[in-house]
Amino acid sequence: MKQQVIVSGIGGQGVLFLTRVIAQVAVNRGMAVLTSETHGMAQRGGTVLSTIKVGDFAGPLIRAGQADLGLLLWEENLAVHQPLLKEDGKLYLNTATEGAEERINASGIARSLGNAVLANLVLLGLAVRQQVLFCTAEECETAIRQLAPQKFVEQNLEAFHKGLKK
Amino acid sequence: MKQKIELLMGNEAIGQGLIEAGCQIAAAYPGTPSTEILQAVIDRRVQAAEPLHIEWSVNEKIAFEVALAASYTGKRSVAVMKQVGLNVAADPFMRTAYLGVKGGMLTIVADDPGPHSSQNEQDTRLFCLQARVPVFDPASPAEAKELVPLAFELSEKYEMNLVLRPTTRICHSRQNVAFKEPLKLERSANFEKDPTRWAATPAFLPQLHRKLNTNLEKIAAEPALQPRLSKGDSSHPRTALVASGIVYAHLVDLLEELGLRGRIDLFQVLMPYPLNPEFSKQLQQNYNRVLILEETYPLIELQLAHPGAVGKQNGAIPREGELTPDIIHQVLADFLNLPSPQQLPPPQRGQRPSLCPGCPHRAAFYSIKQCFPKGIFPSDIGCYTLGLNLGAVNTVHCMGACISKGAGFYQAYAQDGAFTTIVVTIGDSTFFHAGIPALINAVIQQARIIVVVLDNATTAMTGGQPVPHMGVAAAEKSTKAIAIEPLVRASGVDFLETCDPYDKERFERLLHEADTYIRSEQGGVAVLISRHGCTMDPAVRKAQDSFRVTINDSCVGCRKCVEAFECPALSMDNKKNIALVNQDRCIGCGTCIPVCPVNAIIKEEK
Repeated sequence: MKQQVIVSGIGGQGVLFLTRVIAQVAVNRGMAVLTSETHGMAQRGGTVLSTIKVGDFAGPLIRAGQADLGLLLWEENLAVHQPLLKEDGKLYLNTATEGAEERINASGIARSLGNAVLANLVLLGLAVRQQVLFCTAEECETAIRQLAPQKFVEQNLEAFHKGLKK
Repeated sequence: MKQKIELLMGNEAIGQGLIEAGCQIAAAYPGTPSTEILQAVIDRRVQAAEPLHIEWSVNEKIAFEVALAASYTGKRSVAVMKQVGLNVAADPFMRTAYLGVKGGMLTIVADDPGPHSSQNEQDTRLFCLQARVPVFDPASPAEAKELVPLAFELSEKYEMNLVLRPTTRICHSRQNVAFKEPLKLERSANFEKDPTRWAATPAFLPQLHRKLNTNLEKIAAEPALQPRLSKGDSSHPRTALVASGIVYAHLVDLLEELGLRGRIDLFQVLMPYPLNPEFSKQLQQNYNRVLILEETYPLIELQLAHPGAVGKQNGAIPREGELTPDIIHQVLADFLNLPSPQQLPPPQRGQRPSLCPGCPHRAAFYSIKQCFPKGIFPSDIGCYTLGLNLGAVNTVHCMGACISKGAGFYQAYAQDGAFTTIVVTIGDSTFFHAGIPALINAVIQQARIIVVVLDNATTAMTGGQPVPHMGVAAAEKSTKAIAIEPLVRASGVDFLETCDPYDKERFERLLHEADTYIRSEQGGVAVLISRHGCTMDPAVRKAQDSFRVTINDSCVGCRKCVEAFECPALSMDNKKNIALVNQDRCIGCGTCIPVCPVNAIIKEEK
């Protein structure tokens, strides 16, 4: 099994956390995984992109037109990062507006849970529900429990479940 | 027992590798993309089998020298920095090549091809050629970790400082990485005095230089460091691919996708300097055409001097920027006459970064720009570089340069009898790193400039490392606090004020007073410390007043809050031509309120 995933957003939206959750699931399964992340100045509210490659790969970056799945937390990144997806790649977009792609107001849902940053896990839940990610909901829950700070675990799981059951 | 495997960032893998290899002294100055290496050593220090001294040094030169002397005692040590940090540490680094080390010493220097977060994209490997220091170029986080113990062993075998050079894509990649039991070396500090070496005068240097050259020849021939060949199937006769670092990994994935893996001879170069002359000979004898892929400068290409080389020197490979998999695809297609990859739409720039909502630097920059619309604003390296977005930063160069540049601007104008208000901005960590000598120099050269020290009580850009005036060292250890004010006074500065930039009225009054002072007969350097904690720190946010900030009907759509103040929590509703507050991002600091000319930004107590 091989899968290439991009996670896109702006600094402060929890792109790194979402990247780690997905990669942790692969590690828990005993699968090889590579990610690349954006750190440094771009984290100050600029566009950030993570790539995740699950399976037998040597390098972490994804060429244009090669990603199987895109999770986009920031609508304005659509034009920037859509070219990374395969023609038949799946794209999930966090937005309150209408449009062509599969859209969900993840920030709105997250806000109702008390923190807009949880949009990252709402979007993950949606991708898992659509069975486009290599893993199951239970595996994601395990990874979230492993990685979230203790006092936020339940809130994180709640956000994930909102996406899962929307 | 099942081997422990964890998902580690490249920098964490290197940090873990340092602990496992029995490193006992680790010193660094933070800088993207290297920062998390020392942080990982701090976070994992309980695993160490023996005492471990960890420090965030005041700058890279100091970090290097601390690690160096520790190595003289026979212990393993490391200095960690980003590529431009090596420029700061260049002086001790160059001499160390001649004098050598005792206990294993590594210098880990993280390069930033792109660059993503740096002031240039210099290649540490080429620096190592000039310094005559062997350098390792790992292709993955796991390989970076594996090279750490090997590098320590060879450092001890040849008594040489060695460099491990990860790049951004290694540092900030994650991978499943296997753990090992940390080594217990049981070494006691034992400095054996040898003035002909540790204090070598010119009389002893030719012999040390000779020894260095001999060592370089020997290490180039070390079996563990020879280029690794993956044989092809002779479908591409007398053709080879040579790659090092992360570029090798990109190439492997690309060959796999194109069905070319195992079809063409492929060499991975682990140690790009010094290259074994036998490798050059082998390539010259066996191959007519060699594609050489490396970041960022053509170091392997220069050493190989192969007549059939295809690379950066003949223009086949871009000479600047990161070698992304897409670029490598095009290069490989050209080299092997494959169908060209699909033309990509020109890459688009995403959202530019900005100072965070509530950032005290924004308030300071806004006031500086308001008070001196025609001023000259030299600034420096850190989050506050983003003062660019407010038009309050005119120059950014290298750590600490802003004060000396402010003085240089002053001298050039002053000799024409001209005077412009020059306001220098420098962060607290940068001030300690390289600002103090520059401040003393500006004072004794009688420059008339305003220096604003943006004191947010942390090294914010790299994630909040401790700064000397807070009384806390690495791993939350308490230590003596070195306050900024007495240092400024002792540097000969007579005008010194401190103010929270959230207090706009007072801050601007003090800026005008500073301006009056530098223009007065007895004037010189004026220092204003802009003091407010970094709002990335939850404790700072919690301690300050917070309001629900909204915009009422009187907004006239002048865009001042969105453009001149540039808070990312504010945006324009272009249809209605009014400003909007994004409540997800607003931290309720209220610093935008006095910016509005029609008082349309209002606050309610939360």
